[in-house]
Amino acid sequence: MTDTALADPEVGGEDNDSAESSALAAGLRGLRLPTVAVGLAAVAGGILLIVSGENPLSVYWSILDESFLSGSGIGRTLEKATPMVMGGLAVAFAFKAGLFNIGGQGQLLLGAAFAAWVGYNFDLPLVVHLPLAMVVGGLVAALLGAIVGALKAYRGAHEVITTIMFNFVAGNLTDYLVSRDGPWNDPDGGAIARTPRIRDSAIIPTYGDIPIGFFIACGFAFLIWWLLNKTTFGFEIVTTGANKHAARYAGIGVNRIIILTMAISAFLAGIGGAIQSQGLFGRFEASNNAGLGFDGITIALLARTNPIAVIPAAILIGGLNASTTRLQQDFRIEPEVVSILQALILFFVAAPSVVRWLVRWKAIGDEEAIQLTGGWGA
Amino acid sequence: MSRLLEMKGLTKRFGPVLACDNVDLKLDAGEIVGLLGENGAGKSTLVKMLFGIYEPDAGEIYFDGQLADIEGPGDAIAQGIGMVHQHFQLVPPLTVAENIMLGAEVVPEGGPGSVVGVMNMAAAEERVLELSKRFGLKVDPSAVVEDLPVGVQQRVEILKALNRGARLLILDEPTAVLTPKETDELLKVMRSLADTGVGIIFITHKLREVLAVTDRVTVLRNGKYIGSAETAESTQQSLAEMMVGRSVVLRVEKGTAHPGSSVLEVRDLRVRDDRGSAAVQGMSFDVREGEILGIAGVEGNGQRELVEAITGIRHSESGAILFGGIDMTNATPREVSEWGVAHIPENREKDGLVDNYSVADNMVLNTYFKEPFASRGIRVVDAIRKWASKLIEKFDVRPRTITSPVKSLSGGNKQKVIVARELSAENKLIVASQPTRGVDVGSIEFIHNQLVHQRDKGRAVLLVSAELDEILSLSDRVAVVYEGRVVAELDGATATREEIGLLMAGGSASEAAVS
Repeated sequence: MTDTALADPEVGGEDNDSAESSALAAGLRGLRLPTVAVGLAAVAGGILLIVSGENPLSVYWSILDESFLSGSGIGRTLEKATPMVMGGLAVAFAFKAGLFNIGGQGQLLLGAAFAAWVGYNFDLPLVVHLPLAMVVGGLVAALLGAIVGALKAYRGAHEVITTIMFNFVAGNLTDYLVSRDGPWNDPDGGAIARTPRIRDSAIIPTYGDIPIGFFIACGFAFLIWWLLNKTTFGFEIVTTGANKHAARYAGIGVNRIIILTMAISAFLAGIGGAIQSQGLFGRFEASNNAGLGFDGITIALLARTNPIAVIPAAILIGGLNASTTRLQQDFRIEPEVVSILQALILFFVAAPSVVRWLVRWKAIGDEEAIQLTGGWGA
Repeated sequence: MSRLLEMKGLTKRFGPVLACDNVDLKLDAGEIVGLLGENGAGKSTLVKMLFGIYEPDAGEIYFDGQLADIEGPGDAIAQGIGMVHQHFQLVPPLTVAENIMLGAEVVPEGGPGSVVGVMNMAAAEERVLELSKRFGLKVDPSAVVEDLPVGVQQRVEILKALNRGARLLILDEPTAVLTPKETDELLKVMRSLADTGVGIIFITHKLREVLAVTDRVTVLRNGKYIGSAETAESTQQSLAEMMVGRSVVLRVEKGTAHPGSSVLEVRDLRVRDDRGSAAVQGMSFDVREGEILGIAGVEGNGQRELVEAITGIRHSESGAILFGGIDMTNATPREVSEWGVAHIPENREKDGLVDNYSVADNMVLNTYFKEPFASRGIRVVDAIRKWASKLIEKFDVRPRTITSPVKSLSGGNKQKVIVARELSAENKLIVASQPTRGVDVGSIEFIHNQLVHQRDKGRAVLLVSAELDEILSLSDRVAVVYEGRVVAELDGATATREEIGLLMAGGSASEAAVS
């Protein structure tokens, strides 16, 4: 049979050891696009700043100085990054099964509100209370995710539509719970819609300036990476995402995977919310978490849906966000400029062909393009 | 006859792969040349360079004695080169005339109609009729394309090319989608087109068709020009040897079957297709230990739905499926495979493989959760790799690497990955659906021998194939299906090509009505 098959000598010599190193090489290759995208965004943002009469270099220096070069700055950056890690994980994880969870906002709100309720309402020892509050927050969000998954699996309702709808449900539900007429309202809060303060036994502490919640989030990132890459359950999820037909053929319960994946994804976003309440604010306040859940999409894209890469991506965007006050003080730059920078980064990451065209970089090929959703009704 | 086309030293490289290496091809007006070669031999690359889809790295194309510079398909068409692709480029809801005129619409001269480009349908249909008469290709210009049988749709494609003034026609595996009867008609049409002076390049890997219709044959292997031969002086054996580079056994060697008890019993099964219409309409048959039952039939007569129902992928509406006497109707795919059913699916890219996964992961696609490939829910990569390395040796998968993604493999090797996975487990029933579709001659021989080997080991084999030759050479018994029913069961040793072909088309009584 020597002549019959298409033998490719360059591939033929590969063995298992070089597979490991090529996996590493692939990981490094994966870093190129986000790095180039951040660079291009800096250049494009710089042009914008010049037009508005600012020196981009001094603005960028301010961002760096404010967010990354002091203990309190790093603390603020990590505080901002924490819910982004969880939100990014939620989106990235769902994406592995071919699902686009844009309900992170609603799931985060549920997690934040229910964690706060457990936190202020019960009096328990720390070792029970702290994790219990988080887990309850996560599980309530997971329940919402499971409903979304079941609607997708059994009725074919597209998760993009249902998660958007549930954002409104979750937003209004949590608003009501803490409103003046709501059951969880803080009687000392006056007109402010918020829960009472969470007991100390459920508060996630900070170590100096560094919020411990950030490391909990990082722990989840590694856990999710391990789950996806090392377990049979992860194999089932990735197989379902890569080829639903082949997954069914292989005996994988595709509906079960869709429901579980949506539930876990929502659980992660819910934990993000719980850390916000238990770590940052000490309570749930309706207006505190606006838009946080949507940052997860940015982070997941920037991390190219790699759970570990979610961490640096969240630190980068968190650092940008942490610098807005300083930029306003030093340059009278509105926070929207930071949003524009963020949007530019996202734009360049999401459009590799634009990057390729701009930098004439052949290596950024089509294989690096990611498509977050399989289209309507897929 | 005048020389129509001469390709000299055409070379095309894709990265490290030399897809076409210094290939020559000559064609006279009115001549049919068969372009023969296994998958990945460079046939498609060669004609795509001729049609302007790829730009050659080296080499020259002379068309009508002139050095031709073909910048793209539009250029090729303008110069008189037409191509009928494997996948039709038709707009299903439009009529035949509309499709043929698409891009070359007839608009009335002068008047407001010419400004906005209102189509003159009457003139268009008249032109199609005239073309169809001139070249002997019967079509109804006002018929809607999606309502037409595949063979007629193909005629529309050919007319489309002729309408643009094609003097050279490239047919890329045109018979892959046709019934035996439609194939015979197409071969006749090709001959009559050649008689009007059209030159035809006919790509196929079916040797019977090459011998039936071509004047000359050009053979490629691994991107290289191997040689040309006069068809009159060639035999199936000689051509197969040129293609593969060694002697090939075309007829499968197999002894007599020793069937045992029934492994699969299908009783009055009814299954609906994706659109909800009845696809399997009361099928009953048995498959016994140690025999191969071939299901012959034109595609779309319920075979796909039958296989999906047996393997648990599709819901059965009524009837029963029994494995070894146990009722397994509407069992899950996992239950079916756990009972001991191997499944070589019809559509390997869609169902049988995850393209982005490595060869190793594909080798355990449906056993990933079992010992030793997993232990308490954790995947054991070493065990998976060891198993995969063993299988690629045993089943001759090339290249010999288990880490490259399966999508980088040729069609034949992809199929070998599936065959290796499915036949290496301890199974009682093997359901093989179109197991050699799009697979090269060498791999076909290998897969056929494997199936016979499984039979001889006492396993039951259900073979579903639209290839009559495959059914005839492998089956111990043949069940012919037509419109969702088994219309006849024949003895594999005595059944003839003609007999099965007739039954596939709906039986002798209704044959007239079909054509």
